[in-house]
Amino acid sequence: MLANLGFILGTTLLYSAPLMFTSLGGVISENSGVVNIGLEGMMAIGAFTGATVGFYSGNPWLAFLAAGIASGILALLHAIASVTFAADQVVSGIAINFLGPGLALFLSRLFFDGATMTESIDFNAKMPRPLNGVFAQNSFLDLVFNQYATVYLAFLLVLIMWFLLYKTKLGLRIRAVGEHPKAADTLGINVYKIRYLCVILSGIFAGFGGAAMSLAVVSNFRPTLISGHGFIALAAMIFGKWKPQGAMLACLLFGASQGLVIFIGRTDLQVSSQILAMLPYVLTLVILTGFVGRANGPAADGIPYEKDEA
Amino acid sequence: MAKSKFSFKKFLKGKVGFTFISIFIGLIVGAIALLIAGYNPITAYGIIIKGIFGRPKYIAYTILYSTPLILTGLSVAFAFRTGLFNIGAEGQYIIGALVATMVGYFLHLPPVIHVIFVFLLAALAAGLYGGIAGFLKAKFGVHEVIATIMLNWIALYLNNFIVMSEGVRRPESESSYKILDTARIIILEKWKWTDEGRQWLSNHPILQDILKTPANWGFLVAILLAVVVWYILNKTTLGYELRAVGFNKHAAEYGGIAVEKSMVRSMFIAGSLAGAAGALQVMGVTKAVTKLAAMEGYGFDGIAVSLIGSNTAFGSVFAGLLFGALKYGGPKIQSTLGAPSEMIDIVIGTIVFFIAIPKFIKMVLDFRSNKRGDKNVG
Repeated sequence: MLANLGFILGTTLLYSAPLMFTSLGGVISENSGVVNIGLEGMMAIGAFTGATVGFYSGNPWLAFLAAGIASGILALLHAIASVTFAADQVVSGIAINFLGPGLALFLSRLFFDGATMTESIDFNAKMPRPLNGVFAQNSFLDLVFNQYATVYLAFLLVLIMWFLLYKTKLGLRIRAVGEHPKAADTLGINVYKIRYLCVILSGIFAGFGGAAMSLAVVSNFRPTLISGHGFIALAAMIFGKWKPQGAMLACLLFGASQGLVIFIGRTDLQVSSQILAMLPYVLTLVILTGFVGRANGPAADGIPYEKDEA
Repeated sequence: MAKSKFSFKKFLKGKVGFTFISIFIGLIVGAIALLIAGYNPITAYGIIIKGIFGRPKYIAYTILYSTPLILTGLSVAFAFRTGLFNIGAEGQYIIGALVATMVGYFLHLPPVIHVIFVFLLAALAAGLYGGIAGFLKAKFGVHEVIATIMLNWIALYLNNFIVMSEGVRRPESESSYKILDTARIIILEKWKWTDEGRQWLSNHPILQDILKTPANWGFLVAILLAVVVWYILNKTTLGYELRAVGFNKHAAEYGGIAVEKSMVRSMFIAGSLAGAAGALQVMGVTKAVTKLAAMEGYGFDGIAVSLIGSNTAFGSVFAGLLFGALKYGGPKIQSTLGAPSEMIDIVIGTIVFFIAIPKFIKMVLDFRSNKRGDKNVG
């Protein structure tokens, strides 16, 4: 019983981590007032880059960083469009969602001899498990806490983002830009600079999220690896009311459903895994209607800021 | 001469002009990607164009590929025009296809009536499904983006649950039973394989080539629905009200329009359009639904179609055909050249990207004409 619970909790954490990274990307971008619906595409390019660099270099940390950089570059496109050219941010994000997976598969075919699936990285090149061997094998604590480093990093990033947004001057500026860019501008904050920073960071985080999939949850990149995860992360961000800690809880809910489905699949319980898989989404809708109430994001979210021409 | 030049410039600066410039840039970027990857882009585009127009069969396939995209594009466009972002076309499509399969398999009806029944029930079900998102937004203020994303996944798992359940699942497969013959819309499906049919078709090579595909009536329905959407949006009170809400919710409310009701209505219509796409696909091409491991993408592609078509009815038809052609013709560079067919996604992504930034295109155009002006002065 305890082992089963441990297994469910462990898989929950494992599957939540990629969502948490990506969701935090959404949090930072949207708090600065830029809607980022392109998380899905950014996650895909991150997952691909992580798997590829991991395969060729054998170094998971290098791969993880490379994934962040690749997605950051893709996010730069989104920033140029939505900050400099006052684009409709949703449209630009949709473009990113075609470009990200498209580029990932395009490059995969070039690097892996026409295959859309990258070759599996070596077992030693996967993300390390910092607490491996600390607990007795398959004990409750082992199942729960013997996680890949990405899981711990995801929680750490939640803490950092919470601190950054609510306890630092920069965070205050970011939120000011997201709520009322004109007022922020009047006070001497460079709206464009802040937004560029936040959008690029959101790409880097989404890239980490993708790499947390391809370097930890599985060990390669394939076309269906990122199929809707970015959108779930986006939903988790809205569910979490645009806050890092809220997004984290929402991601844990979605991760838990994954954990349960995998657990049920291993037993001979007569519960439909399909219905079970559906539950968190139904639950989210119910919670949104009843308990959370109106979800209001940053006031200037999605509105391009154009300085008045003097 | 000077006059025609002037109007061309004006055309470029119009909305349609921007779209064409974006498409042009998209194709150029695709060519650059191929070039970097070491393939000759001219050869590749030649293969794609030949792959789309080279044979009557290819053209028929292009149209088959386009049909669902036109309809999901219309679905997204309709919602956009009324101020709602329908990411849920994907799920509404799944519901439409699922209900079409159920009605097509379990209900026994005479030929034409069966088709109409399947179509209407599928569109109704998908409409109601889309309406949920509208209702949640109107009543509880749930953001339609998050609601439709959730509904997409619910639809996917519901589909899998039903497909895999007893009585629906075709034994030893991961798909449902096929719909009855009476519910199909494939042109001359049975006849073309009879001796008489083969005989007749061998004398009519063009038709023979076309009928090698599951050519069906779906495209005509899609065009018809595009006209209906155009009519509703532009010629009816309902359309006026819906657009007014999309334009300015508060002003519309002040003007006496029931904003909440219009959100539900709008999402119902959007949903039924995406559901129609699923129904036509089942009746005309797939004849069954399968267990889905991931989203198929018809709904997401529909978002791009809608955007490329400037969120208009006829724009969606045009963009759907363009997208369908690229989706059908594009992979042919894979089989003949070994060039990555995902180049198509890069092209589409680039087109949408530049559609997002008309300001950039305007800047470039203005810059060019300014320069020319300076020269004249000098």
